[in-house]
Amino acid sequence: MIPGAFDYHRPATVEDAVGLLAKLGEEANILAGGHSLIPLMKTRLASPEHLVDISGIGDLKGIAVRGEEIVIGAMTTQFELITSHDLEKHLPVIAETSRLIADPQIRYKGTFGGNVANGDPGNDMPALMMCLGATYAVTGPGGSRDIAARDFYQGAYFTSLEHGDILTEVRIPIPPADHGYAYEKLKRKVGDYATAAAAVAITMADGKCTSASIGLTNVSETPLWASAAAELLVGTNLDKASVDAAVAAAEAITEPATDMRGPSEYRTKMAGVMMRRALERAQSRAKG
Amino acid sequence: MNDQTKIDQDRAERTEKLQGMGCKRKRVEDIRFTQGKGSYVDDLKLPGMLFGDFVRSPHAHARIKSIDTSRAKALPGVVAVLTAADLKPLGLHYMPTLAGDVQAVLAEEKVLFQNQEVAFVIAEDRYIASDATELVDVDYEALPCIVDPFRSMDEDAPILREDIQDKMEGAHGPRKHPNHIFEWQIGDKDATDKVFAEADVTIKEMLVDHRTHPSPLETCQSVASFDKVKGELTLWGTFQAPHVIRTVVSLISGLPEHKIHVIAPDIGGGFGNKVGAYAGYVCSVVGSIVLGVPVKWVEDRMENLSTTSFARDYHMTTELAATKDGKIQGMRVHVLADHGAFDACADPSKWPAGFMNICTGSYDIPTAHLVVDGVYTNKASGGVAYRCSFRVTEAVFAIERAVELLAEKLGMDAAELRIKNFIKPEQFPYKSALGWEYDSGDYHTAMKKAMDTVGYKELRAEQAKKREAFKRGETREIMGIGISFFTEIVGAGPSKNCDILGVAMFDSAEIRIHPTGSVIARMGTKSQGQGHETTYAQIIATEIGIPADDIMIEEGNTDTAPYGLGTYGSRSTPVAGAATAVSARKIKAKAQMIAAHMLEVHEGDLEWDVDRFRVKGLPEKFKTMKEIAWASYNAPPPNMEPGLEAVNYYEPPNMTYPFGAYFCVMDIDVDTGVAKTRRFYALDDCGTRINPMVIEGQVHGGLTEAFACAMGQEIRYDEHGNVMGASFMDFFLPTAVETPHWETDHTVTPSPHHPIGAKGVGESPHVGGVPCFSNAVNDAYAFLGAGHIQMPHDAWRLWQVGEKLGLHA
Amino acid sequence: MTKSQIELTINGKKVEALVEPRTLLIHFLREQQDLTGAHIGCDTGHCGACTVEMDDMSVKSCMTFAVQANGAEITTIEGMANPDGTLSALQEGFRMMHGLQCGYCTPGMILRAHRLLQENPTPTEDEIRNGIAGNLCRCTGYVNIVKAIQYAAAKINGTPYQEAAE
Repeated sequence: MIPGAFDYHRPATVEDAVGLLAKLGEEANILAGGHSLIPLMKTRLASPEHLVDISGIGDLKGIAVRGEEIVIGAMTTQFELITSHDLEKHLPVIAETSRLIADPQIRYKGTFGGNVANGDPGNDMPALMMCLGATYAVTGPGGSRDIAARDFYQGAYFTSLEHGDILTEVRIPIPPADHGYAYEKLKRKVGDYATAAAAVAITMADGKCTSASIGLTNVSETPLWASAAAELLVGTNLDKASVDAAVAAAEAITEPATDMRGPSEYRTKMAGVMMRRALERAQSRAKG
Repeated sequence: MNDQTKIDQDRAERTEKLQGMGCKRKRVEDIRFTQGKGSYVDDLKLPGMLFGDFVRSPHAHARIKSIDTSRAKALPGVVAVLTAADLKPLGLHYMPTLAGDVQAVLAEEKVLFQNQEVAFVIAEDRYIASDATELVDVDYEALPCIVDPFRSMDEDAPILREDIQDKMEGAHGPRKHPNHIFEWQIGDKDATDKVFAEADVTIKEMLVDHRTHPSPLETCQSVASFDKVKGELTLWGTFQAPHVIRTVVSLISGLPEHKIHVIAPDIGGGFGNKVGAYAGYVCSVVGSIVLGVPVKWVEDRMENLSTTSFARDYHMTTELAATKDGKIQGMRVHVLADHGAFDACADPSKWPAGFMNICTGSYDIPTAHLVVDGVYTNKASGGVAYRCSFRVTEAVFAIERAVELLAEKLGMDAAELRIKNFIKPEQFPYKSALGWEYDSGDYHTAMKKAMDTVGYKELRAEQAKKREAFKRGETREIMGIGISFFTEIVGAGPSKNCDILGVAMFDSAEIRIHPTGSVIARMGTKSQGQGHETTYAQIIATEIGIPADDIMIEEGNTDTAPYGLGTYGSRSTPVAGAATAVSARKIKAKAQMIAAHMLEVHEGDLEWDVDRFRVKGLPEKFKTMKEIAWASYNAPPPNMEPGLEAVNYYEPPNMTYPFGAYFCVMDIDVDTGVAKTRRFYALDDCGTRINPMVIEGQVHGGLTEAFACAMGQEIRYDEHGNVMGASFMDFFLPTAVETPHWETDHTVTPSPHHPIGAKGVGESPHVGGVPCFSNAVNDAYAFLGAGHIQMPHDAWRLWQVGEKLGLHA
Repeated sequence: MTKSQIELTINGKKVEALVEPRTLLIHFLREQQDLTGAHIGCDTGHCGACTVEMDDMSVKSCMTFAVQANGAEITTIEGMANPDGTLSALQEGFRMMHGLQCGYCTPGMILRAHRLLQENPTPTEDEIRNGIAGNLCRCTGYVNIVKAIQYAAAKINGTPYQEAAE
């Protein structure tokens, strides 16, 4: 398996990268970690004439606490997410999710930005970002703008990004310290995409659920934010009947493809099972 | 310390120094492998070497209307593009298969499976070759395809093999339909039918051993280099059987065999994938002959999984008849064998269904009848022995699932039913109803040891409790106990039974002692990771008393190694291992004569003592093997030819029959269908154990492959004949995380006919492992009335079982 | 397409080369640098046979363009032996514990284990199994690879290696 030929560019700044992409046009692709793009190129499902490697742009790396938000640079790797103290303290669900992505080698190179932005419904971070209410900062030919994760995903490999746009950073509101969280992923083996996966974040007070947010991975053309399901939980003590109703509401919005991971109906049910298990674990972690 | 203790101690020290049979000698291969200094085919770089790549069919069945290579040829760096039109004048557009069929090298008028080879591009490097494959324009007319083998012989089925449409007499008898390959029968049909008609209890089940692939980590590859001046061809390749490849290349190319040098360097795993001959080998050879420069061909993984030699695809309707107290009286099996587009099974030539007739297993079943029908479909060809002797995994799967189904029907414990029907130690050599003579076995001892070690009774008690808890709704997990008691048949084989294209399946060893007492030995086999360089040396060390570290083992070069049939079907130890021992004994016999001459005594006055001959009763008078070696070159006895070497071509008198008792404990989450193997215990009896460390490694590896096959690994096709999931994303190769922890154990029942009593072990764990996992899964669901659950047991399929049983409400 | 000039350090040696941008790092190492220890097993980034060390990361070199390694420090299996040429602790561990058979996955496995031990000098069995989950072995069933890495860890840490009870 051999990729097609291309010209290679390695800009040093976001402005240069945006300028290059504008100049080179539709036949140019961004190269971040490369672990999604290169396999596509090797099977010739993608044959870009130009690759713009953004790994030389220092501004795109790093994890910082900024006010009430955690800010993660787009070129931060999965490995860096797993080893970050800031995330461990404020958003441990990110490391929990990262550990379930691909395998150790790929996590050194695979980037957070690539995972959230390339639009592959199999990626794990998008559903989590929708669950956590993240905001994506994008720079393009027309300047910079923010897009809510929950508005970002339009279809398989189709997002709100337009040609020439670069995702620069992701801002995530820091949840209350006593929140409960979990990411549950069913996969066939290490390195696989999810058969189905669920991200859950909740807060509890006096045994009652005070807020809930749920994201689902790889059970539709896009990651899903199961807002109706989450609403059914708020105000309940997460009793079986309420959880059953929420699971049913979540399953109802899934439309998974039948693939080697199993038939559509199985994957829908697994979305429900993963959500139920994530909720149980989140509840056990929530204080209050 | 008294004298005897001293003598014993001295003998023990000398024995240990030899690093001979029975010790955990560290592998000599590892010195180079751990430093990245192995030399595999793709490591080879020759001056002027070109690189070949295939244009492949996107269709499962289509007529080729035209092939236009002009755009590809115009690409700078492209040297040639071969199609069937180029090969046909040379008579090379088809090649013979090991099964008596022919196989297209490059498709001529039709393609018969997706990814079939259509054109071969040769370019200056692999990047250009890959680019050029995109520039060959092939015009296809799609045809209706056959994916389901049960439709192959339908009256209105499209005829797949137009090239042999009128040839209704196949290599193995008459064909019943243009898409039929052979019918193979063995056993007594009338007697078996009678037993079934009169039996107290019978079971019948269609057991599917699904299509999968051996998938070694190194794909198939070759480098051909033709010297036009000398008229000689050198062919390096991933060959489990280099000598057979040389003979095949000679037969199809017309080059004399002595002008073909076939070299199998280090091989990155084989598991049956590298036994056959493939289009890529032939095209690299043709390319080099035509162009006069070396041509390399390297398969990528997608090509490997979708074109070169699948395994299994056996649909086995299996029946047992028994008395009501559980004595098995008869077995009846019909197999529908899906061979794909060409019959390219790698079996001994007389055995179109391999050794499927070992399917009576470890049991004394007096009457049996087996029929196998092979058919063509629009899938890749193959049917190779994936880490097993020919079709033995299939056979053992059939009997080991069937006895469980019988036990269930009788309400008997599955272990107890097995023990009741075992062939008894005193019955060996045992003649089976389907024609084999089992050389030796002690099944009762092995089974008892295994059951005691795993605590079988306690496990059943735990399971009973868990089942009650499940019924009460206290747990969503069910527990399965898998048992498999297998008998393998390996070491092909005696020439009365076994040949490949007419060459008897002997194997060989040539041992040469140098004047200083070091040794080179060459065999006709070829290691692909089994550690032959280490273990053959141990046999020689013990036999002739020269330290294994002073013995170099060489295989894989057909110019230097004696002719042999190669390594597959666990035949290296049973056949070439025997040749090694016999060859060593020839040397020892000559050495004894030399020693007698040196010590001025009669040969009969000498006794062997670890590494020397000593005079009986005069322990201080002796000659070491090293001294004898020098003498053989320096001052041999009068009338004796100098030198010390021997060769043996070993014709095995019988196959060997390793066996084992395996137990698996599994917990299955009914809500997701995810199965977790809590414990796996494997007791193997492979006769004499040459290197326990290597044996343990073989067992670990075989169990891992069995686990993969049973629990998810498959090559699947959609209804259009598109091959699904031909990459390591979908094709299940477990990582260290999914792979269970393996426990190993053994008993030792030496083979009575093998010179050192060894039986072979590399494939037993796979053969025994597959049914053990499947039995564990089936056992877990049995109390819910699930019936037989087909493999592979991946999560979604097990979830569907639960869904059907109403477990998810 | 324009070729790119790259400069990198491989096994401690400075290397300058002109490469086509699409040249994969694995092909650059194997074919231009004659370092054939790393292998290609799957072509899709799943098997890890092509693993090399790049700037303190284990990297799949068949999923990396050589141009992406510009300026990097790379270690391959050919650079893993001790300076005096003897086998390093990991190489020795793989041999002593029978952690390899056909040898094809071994260079990638050792390079991955090397990084794992750099980050976690005393890994548990579970940590080892997860740590090498990006490397497939078709021969060994992993039990002895785990032991090989434990053996090496013990040797590096100067603690006695104790084989876990079966």
